[in-house]
Order: sequence, then C-alpha cells, then structure tokens
Amino acid sequence: MAHRAPLDMTKGPGGDPVPRPKSVAMNWTWFHKLGSPKWFYEISGRWLPWLGAAAVLLLVVGTVWGLAFAPQDYQQGNSFRIIYIHVPAAILAQSIYLMLAVAGVVGLVWKMKLADVALQQAAPLGAWMTVIALVTGAVWGKPTWGAWWVWDARLTSMLILLFLYFGVIALGNAITNRDSAAKACAVLAIVGVVNIPIIKYSVDWWNTLHQPATFKLTEKPAMPMEMWLPLLVMVIGFYCFLATVVLMRMRLEVLKRESRSSWVKAELRAQLEGRR
Amino acid sequence: MNFASFSEFVAMGNHGLYVWTCYGISLAVILFNVAQPLLARRRYLQEEARRLRREEMK
Repeated sequence: MAHRAPLDMTKGPGGDPVPRPKSVAMNWTWFHKLGSPKWFYEISGRWLPWLGAAAVLLLVVGTVWGLAFAPQDYQQGNSFRIIYIHVPAAILAQSIYLMLAVAGVVGLVWKMKLADVALQQAAPLGAWMTVIALVTGAVWGKPTWGAWWVWDARLTSMLILLFLYFGVIALGNAITNRDSAAKACAVLAIVGVVNIPIIKYSVDWWNTLHQPATFKLTEKPAMPMEMWLPLLVMVIGFYCFLATVVLMRMRLEVLKRESRSSWVKAELRAQLEGRR
Repeated sequence: MNFASFSEFVAMGNHGLYVWTCYGISLAVILFNVAQPLLARRRYLQEEARRLRREEMK
C-alpha cells in the first residue's frame, strides 16, 4: 500500500539521517494525552452532544420497537418485554465494573489522575444499573417464576456486585486524602473483578432458575431476529447513555479538581460570561 | 404493530402492571442520572460566580 507516514529524521550510525516512521512513536500519544485533564475536557466537550443525541435516539427507537412492535413470547406472553431494559442494564452493570477495574490498573500503574476521576464517577452509575437489573428482574420473576426473589446463583452474584459498588463508593467518600482514596478504590475494584466471571458463568456452572445468556458472541441468538434487534438497539443506546453521563460527571469533577489551573479559570470565566 | 388497540397495548396481556412498573422505574433512574450532573454543574458555576464577585469586591 502506498502509504507515506510523516517522517522523523534522526541521525543514523554513519551520521546520515535515517528516516523513521513517526507513526510508531505516535501510537501511544493519545494515551499520554489522556493524562492531561485539559485535553480530556476539550475533546469530551466536543463528543458530548453527539453521544447524548445518539443515546436519546437509540433509547426511544429501542423502547417503542421493543414495547409495541416486537412479537410476544410464546411462553411468557408480553411480560418478556421487560428484557429490553433488564438485559442492557445487567450488561452495563458488569461492563462498568470492568471499567472500574481497568481504571484502577491504569491509576495504580501509570499514576494517571484521570483514571481515578473515571473510577469515582462511573461507580454510582454502575450501582444504579445493578439496581435496575435487580428490580426489573424481581418484577419479571413474579409472573414468570412466581417469586420476586430466589437465592439463585445469578441473582446472588448480582447482589454481591451491588455491594461491591457500594464498597467502592463508600471507600471513596470515607478517605479524605485523595491519593489514598484513589489507591484503596483501585485495589477494591481490581479484587472485586473476580465476581464478573462468576456472574457470567453462573447460569452454566450451576443449575439456575435464571435463563441462559441472551447475548453470545459465538452463536446465533436463541430468539428470532425481530425480538433480538430491538434488544441490540437498546444495548447500544444504554452504552451511549453511560458514556454521556460518565463524561458529564467527569467534566465537572475535572473542573473542581483542577480549579487552580489557569485553563479552568479561563473556562469558568467563559462559562459565567455566557450565562449573564 | 403487535397490538390491535391502545387498550390492549396498555394491558400487555394481563402483564401490564409488571411491564409498566419496570419501564417507569428505569425511566425515573435514567432521568435522575442525567439531571444530577446537570444540576450539580449549574450549582458549581453559581458558587464560582459568587466567589468571583466576592473577590472583586475586596
């Protein structure tokens, strides 16, 4: 492929300039830039409107499609429509916990301050998503299983996930020293991640009342396309909602933490001018 | 459309209460999570405006 990378001329052993493709060095710059709160604030401000619009659009389309147009289940009738929030919320609850663990590793290894901001700001949303998954699951369980709650492996491991979220949030609030809080939360997030495969495989390892996974990467979905597609729309919509809310929360936190830096003062002045 | 009439849609084949409870709770949680950072940002900007004015007075 005739692809010309921007060249970085450095001296070779003979004193001749040796062309070195700059892209090799460029690959990780985005990662280092992430450590810069100012860069994050600018880029997230540009993405936020698009993510928010995508979230609203996908959630509205997915809800109407799932509630009114998808065919009803031959066993569960219309109560199965709860799946269109139950499954996306449960997927998000687990994804957000994985995010916390990744942010924890990045924060511990590279001492990136923004990783701690992400960890602290995503945790409450993860807890809320776990609550939605548990509550909608209970309401769905009543007409389907005849019980609001059973001590099934899937349900119990999700309850443990909720307590892990509470732990991370409480730990972050309890420790006043920011660096110690960041370290403690990162460690808890990383240790707690063992629960995620337990949730995922609970329906395979144990004989559970909960039905097996709806989303599988390797197999065709077990439900017909006209049921599955609105679910896919809802899952993507929930991810856009997650990105929008976490970015909004992180941007405010960055403004607060960096309030002494000159770019934040300039940004605040610009915001205040715009409001008058 | 899977339903013949609007009242059938609302009834959800006797499961209406369960389905609408779930969607109602989820909508409330989602709206709360969107509103909270928006309100917090506004509150913070108001505080900062007040602080700046106080500093200008001095």
